[in-house]
Amino acid sequence: MAERLTLELATPTRLVVAETADEVVVPGIEGYFGVLPGHAAFLTTLGTGAVTYRIGRDEHPLAVSGGFAEVRNDKVIILADTAERPDEIDRARAEQARERAERRLSGRGAEEAIDYARATAALSRAMIRLQTAAQAH
Amino acid sequence: MATLRDIRRRIRSVESTQKITRAMKLVAAAKLRRAQERIVAARPYAGKMAELLGNLVSSAAAGDEAPHPLLVQRAGPRRQVVIITADRGLAGAFNANIVRRALDFIRQSSAPDVTLVVVGRKGRDFFRRRGFTIKRDMLGFWDRLAYSHAAELADFLMQQYLGAEVDEVHLIYNEFRSVAVQRPVREQLLPIPRAEAGEERASTVDYLYEPGSDAILGDLLPRHVRTQVFRALMESLAGEYGARMTAMEAATKNAKEMIEVLTIQYNKARQEKITKELLDIVGGAEALTQGAEA
Repeated sequence: MAERLTLELATPTRLVVAETADEVVVPGIEGYFGVLPGHAAFLTTLGTGAVTYRIGRDEHPLAVSGGFAEVRNDKVIILADTAERPDEIDRARAEQARERAERRLSGRGAEEAIDYARATAALSRAMIRLQTAAQAH
Repeated sequence: MATLRDIRRRIRSVESTQKITRAMKLVAAAKLRRAQERIVAARPYAGKMAELLGNLVSSAAAGDEAPHPLLVQRAGPRRQVVIITADRGLAGAFNANIVRRALDFIRQSSAPDVTLVVVGRKGRDFFRRRGFTIKRDMLGFWDRLAYSHAAELADFLMQQYLGAEVDEVHLIYNEFRSVAVQRPVREQLLPIPRAEAGEERASTVDYLYEPGSDAILGDLLPRHVRTQVFRALMESLAGEYGARMTAMEAATKNAKEMIEVLTIQYNKARQEKITKELLDIVGGAEALTQGAEA
């Protein structure tokens, strides 16, 4: 039976995706998980990573960070703090953010833990953006 | 009696005022449309968020765990009122209505200790002049309102609340009903009201949680508060443009009527002047002919 998933991905400012998909891969806080039709009801917080949804043989990636994902009755709802399609990503800005974060992380001296955590998070967001943007064709 | 030149000068002055009010109306209309679109665009997220919150709170309430601090009612006396106004005037009673609503609320408030957080220059100026305690203000961001502004304000409010500096936080803002109607409303922001969190919901979904449900709730509640503040800011912004558009339309109409009245006055005065001149000439000619006959 050709069951499919309904995917909705929204950020505080807009609805980014509303599609019917065959498979959705989501970066949960404890690792990526794949959702196929018939998945159990599931609720998780979102990590920084790429949501990928597949329609037929086409895969569509999006860079996301922070928020929640809910799976229920073949419906996947993702509420992300930020979400961008590959063509929406500002590569130059992500590149700068990556360099800035790397500089901060390599800097010696009495860096506070909170700055370290923030720089690490910024670095992973920048890396995800760059990777996702690279998948655009 | 005003001279012709005086009247002409007044007409010109009213005309240039009318040009300005008309331009302001058009600008407000364009911005209003964008603000309305943003409210609509933000709905899916907010709606889903509310639904998740309801599910989580009711399933958390089913267990015996202590509720999240943002949900705990404290019977403390310290109230904080967040008043959302515009930076600029010329928007009818938009700012005055909010200020009045806020004053009423503060006066009727049983809590003896009230502090303010004021958004918008108009409100800030008013309450500062009156000597209220303003814990924080936010000005000059309306033209580029973003979610980050709401997050910053909401995080400040939550930090104070969790730090037990205040026991209740209320929002007062103009709700956007329609282009012509804005209604000042008050909502309790913190602690998050029980009804909003949907504690009495009967059906709960049996989720697998990752991490645990209270960890997710701890992530969700602050985002819910930020979303609430964001919505209030967007409603207020759309309301401001609606109010300004209506006010400027009325002003443009008034200017038009004034120009009509002045034009009639001008024509009358001109007619009178011509008549007077004619009489003078006729009178003079009469005198001449009479002189020649003599």
